[in-house]
Amino acid sequence: MNIFERMMSVDRRWVFLFLALVCVLTYKVDFEVEVRVTDEVRKIYNFIDTLKPGDYIFVAIDYDPNSLAELHPMTYAIVEQAWRKNMKIVFTALSQNGPGMADQAIRDISDSLKLVKTYNGITYPTRDIVNGIDYIFLGYKPYPALVIAGMGQNFRLPFPTDYYGTPLDSLPMMRGIQNYNQMKCVIDISGTSGIDMWIAYGQTRYGFPLALGLTGVMAADYYPYLNSGQVFGMMGGILGAAQYEKLADNAGSALDMMRIQLYAHMVIILFIIIGNIGFLVSRRAKNQ
Amino acid sequence: MKRQIPLALVFFFGVLMIIQYFVPHEASEWTFEFLMDWIYIIGIFALALGIWSLVKVSWDKIRLRRENWQYAIVTLLGLVAMICFGFDYFRNVFNAAGLQNFMFRHFFDYIMIPIQSTMFSLLAFFIASASYRAFRARSLLASLLLLAALIVMIRFNPYFGPLTAYLEQTASWLLNVPNLAAKRAIVIGVGLGMVATALKVILGIERAYLGKD
Amino acid sequence: METTTMSMGTFLWTSLGAFLTLGIFSFLYKDNPFYKFAEHLVVGVSAGYFVIILWHNGLQPNLFNRLNDGNFYLLWLNSAHWWYIIPAILGVMMWTRFSHKYSWVSRWPIAMYIGIATGLAIPLEMKNRVLTQLYASMRDVQWNNFLGNGFLDNTAGFSQLLVFVGTIAALFYFFFSKEHTGAFKGVAKFGIWILMIGFGASFGYTVMARISLFAQRIQILDLYTESSWADSAPGTFLFVWFIVFGIFILLALVEFIRWLGRAKTA
Repeated sequence: MNIFERMMSVDRRWVFLFLALVCVLTYKVDFEVEVRVTDEVRKIYNFIDTLKPGDYIFVAIDYDPNSLAELHPMTYAIVEQAWRKNMKIVFTALSQNGPGMADQAIRDISDSLKLVKTYNGITYPTRDIVNGIDYIFLGYKPYPALVIAGMGQNFRLPFPTDYYGTPLDSLPMMRGIQNYNQMKCVIDISGTSGIDMWIAYGQTRYGFPLALGLTGVMAADYYPYLNSGQVFGMMGGILGAAQYEKLADNAGSALDMMRIQLYAHMVIILFIIIGNIGFLVSRRAKNQ
Repeated sequence: MKRQIPLALVFFFGVLMIIQYFVPHEASEWTFEFLMDWIYIIGIFALALGIWSLVKVSWDKIRLRRENWQYAIVTLLGLVAMICFGFDYFRNVFNAAGLQNFMFRHFFDYIMIPIQSTMFSLLAFFIASASYRAFRARSLLASLLLLAALIVMIRFNPYFGPLTAYLEQTASWLLNVPNLAAKRAIVIGVGLGMVATALKVILGIERAYLGKD
Repeated sequence: METTTMSMGTFLWTSLGAFLTLGIFSFLYKDNPFYKFAEHLVVGVSAGYFVIILWHNGLQPNLFNRLNDGNFYLLWLNSAHWWYIIPAILGVMMWTRFSHKYSWVSRWPIAMYIGIATGLAIPLEMKNRVLTQLYASMRDVQWNNFLGNGFLDNTAGFSQLLVFVGTIAALFYFFFSKEHTGAFKGVAKFGIWILMIGFGASFGYTVMARISLFAQRIQILDLYTESSWADSAPGTFLFVWFIVFGIFILLALVEFIRWLGRAKTA
């Protein structure tokens, strides 16, 4: 057995251990990875940045804990930017465990707004976020396609009450708010096929501006919608989240994770190269 | 009768929703809202079937002492505990106060989130192992796939010096041109397939949803 | 090392989270009782969570709130919105799916649901996936800017032409009603090249996605180990002991349940 054959037959647990060590050691060393911002992410940031205080946006937190790593940073960055600018947000969570994620995100971001922060040279004072005045959390209903279509008529159709059981009509923020027509945009942050539902049953039917926050697994699949104009911006995976954090000058877990990404990618590429060299060597030996 | 009436219902509601889309009249909107209002309620009852399946499977596993039956106890205990907390120890069944119950929130934050996110994080290791053992440039097509993957993977790597900007632009071009073409073809194909299947269902050609007699 | 101070209760909860996280990671070595415990626990807890969400966010506002002016003993028929009983009955009819004799009853609500969903889908998916995408493909090629500005310009004429030709070629590849021979084969071959580049790009993104899931777990575990329940308390030390303590308790519990099972079958 030559060295390549020996390497090919190594127990995969050594591969796991090597990757884990590289990731943990990289995280312990403090350094920054420069992230260049792409057009698709910049468009979302610029859109939110040009909105005025009191404008309404719709944020759909349609992901489960299994996509938390990539999508929570996007949610935190966008929602904090919107709330710092005194915008009003209508949240919904159309995935099974989405309500818990949304509830956690709303609590955490509300807490962070109690600190004075400076982003892109602008100092934002503290503020208290109040349910019913600064945000509404509609909650969850099954079958996202039908819910999205129903909300286009009236939010009260699928959601007579909010997540906490309060009738929508009794909430100050919902006075005069019927459906997507009163929203400046919809931002869907999702790791499921709910994105297809938002595009088909939401944007195609009602024509509102739609931006996406996707997991990396799905990101490459939605470029056709970006190109056709059905979606005006897209954040793909942790890189998209890191780009948005950079634009918002709000360094969070996404930018922090990029150093692990850098070295983990180099390890994976090394594995691919070694695997292919081993494959070519054994194929040549077999042919001989 | 047991099959004819459901087929007639599918046809009726299917055609109704198609016509409703194209008719901007108030009556059409009223029909849409009425049907949506009903379907939300029907759909929720359907999901209860899944929960019942889980309870039944776990209970049978315990009752018949199948392999690892002890863990089914953990499953059922978790289910009962969460329901108990969610109803605020059955003090608030008909209002949503249970959603703010301390244990309910903490079970979500410290049990569901860690376990679900860690389960999916195992995939990082499996993809590393797959890259090592299975990702081979066996043919021209496989090499093309490999090359595209490598370019997308190294696009944010700063260690290529002056080549970094070219790599980023190449990755951006790959995503916005050939990848776009490929995915657009897939989207169009899937769309045509969906419409064809939906038409077959409405016209009663596709009847798998009826199950067996 | 900078530590954050939290209450003892929060510290115990974070220790539980860390224990369950490490229990799942232990699967990388081999399948073991800690992994199985965590796996079965999350299945039960997730199902319970879903029941609560469906009740409080689904049935309560959409059904029971609308009928609460009626009387349960009259099956809410005296309610001002009594017609909401009908979708409830249709929903309950779905539960006959598990009965051999009466499963045909479940077909009616299923048929209604499928009819509505497919009727809604046809025009929207046709417009969204087919018409809009075809329209976007057939844009004017910028012949006067064919090579574009700079290196591999996405908006250059050749890029637009490649998108159009590539889409058609990939669609040719998926057309299996005609045998792939001659010129058709050539176009389909170009199509599969385009598809392979697309799949490669997806794979590249997927690697980043998977790594980020693990990277976030490292961040969280790092956060846990840097926490302490008092300013001068050795938080990390106690954290490790809580994990070990937890493992022993769990092992004892598993063995006790197994002993119970053996005692009953004996």
